[in-house]
Amino acid sequence: MGRAALLVLADGRFPAGGHAHSGGAEAAVRAGRVTGAASLEEFCRGRLHTSGLVSAGLAAAAALGIDPGELDVAADARTPSAALRVAGRRLGRQLTRAARAAWPSAELDDLARRFPKGAHQPVVLGVAARAAGLGADDAAYCCAYESVSGPATATVRLLSLDPFEATAVLARLAPEVDRVAGAAAEAGRRALDEGAGALPSGAAPWLEIGAEGHAAWGVRLFAS
Amino acid sequence: MDGVTSGVRATARVRARADGRGGTALPVLAGEGPLALRRVRAHGAEARVMLVGAMSGPLGGDRLAVEAEAGAGARLHVGSAAATIALPGQAKDAARYDVRLTVGADAELRWLPEQLISAQGSELAVTTRADVAAGGRLVLREEQALGRAGERPGRLTSRLSVYAGGRALLEQELSCGPGAPGGWDGPAVLAGCRAVGQLVVVRPEFGESPVAARPLGESAALTPLPGPGVLVTALGADALRVRRVLDEALREFG
Repeated sequence: MGRAALLVLADGRFPAGGHAHSGGAEAAVRAGRVTGAASLEEFCRGRLHTSGLVSAGLAAAAALGIDPGELDVAADARTPSAALRVAGRRLGRQLTRAARAAWPSAELDDLARRFPKGAHQPVVLGVAARAAGLGADDAAYCCAYESVSGPATATVRLLSLDPFEATAVLARLAPEVDRVAGAAAEAGRRALDEGAGALPSGAAPWLEIGAEGHAAWGVRLFAS
Repeated sequence: MDGVTSGVRATARVRARADGRGGTALPVLAGEGPLALRRVRAHGAEARVMLVGAMSGPLGGDRLAVEAEAGAGARLHVGSAAATIALPGQAKDAARYDVRLTVGADAELRWLPEQLISAQGSELAVTTRADVAAGGRLVLREEQALGRAGERPGRLTSRLSVYAGGRALLEQELSCGPGAPGGWDGPAVLAGCRAVGQLVVVRPEFGESPVAARPLGESAALTPLPGPGVLVTALGADALRVRRVLDEALREFG
């Protein structure tokens, strides 16, 4: 399968539950750290080079066929926030369901059996990419792009930001998404030889700190 | 290969063993070059060691390492006499500083050095790796101050890896300063904060009854790690504010 399968997997309307998550944007908006297009762009840029790169590396490694169990442990260790581990597994479970319907495969069945509560979303995405006949670069692209498109879309709702401005942010970030996806795919290939320890582990302290505060709120628009 | 500009290479080592009389012996206590180790007064069964910087640094091109091991039954506390200041050197290369911590079963290691200050123009890569055997206990504090007072930060990459019973508990790399990947000072990463600190506590009982995650004020949070450990991450305008948050967590968990 080719490019069209990638469009299906990367489509924001793919029913994997991503729309319910803001990627930390809701907490950043409430704290006044994101107030408009310029600060949204810096937020997305930071997220792309940290948790975006981590996710993309995990997805690339899973797309290359590295054991999802080993990668799930690596994803856990790279997600110190308990709230974000819960969110990542919930998203992983929904993605598993959607991907099994879209691209039935023994590997996805096995993943669902091994992780009834869900494996981390990027790991599932990599296995789904394999099932769809896609490669490590495709899986890395999906995660890298999702790491910025999620917060950008959420901020349109949170701040009533002009959707044209949010899309312009994504367009400006596109060259960096290319670089991050490339680096992540490279790291995935390195992990084939060196193990999951070779995968990126970039940290974003405000995302982690904000996530625990956000999870404690009584009322919120997004799940994370 | 350039004898003029290559920096200092030095490794300091400390190994602790239970002495069989309820205390802790230090069969290895060896500083090297700018890294000196001093044994200070014990605290009950716990042996205490101070890392004393015999010169400023690390400077560009330096390769410094510290290895600390608490063998089965030992209790070891390692502190430092002063903050470590990464400074620009004559060498063009970045400096490296590698910390390796090993904790045996029924052993305890408390690694509580002073801050690392990333001075303007410096370039340093720090790696800290802790391997804790099943049943071992670890308290690990890391604090980074980005620039001295009123100064722009240097380039700093700090990787922290903690393994418990052979399983990865925490793998994180913070990258900041000029030339770091984009957005490092933006609203997802540091947002202008000039100090960041982490406290990791590994204890076997955290595996059975995990501590609940909670925010600690506006700019810090406590979270259980995926295994027998907890992590406190704190951001602040300066190192003092971060230390205050970590000290409070240390009183609760340390």
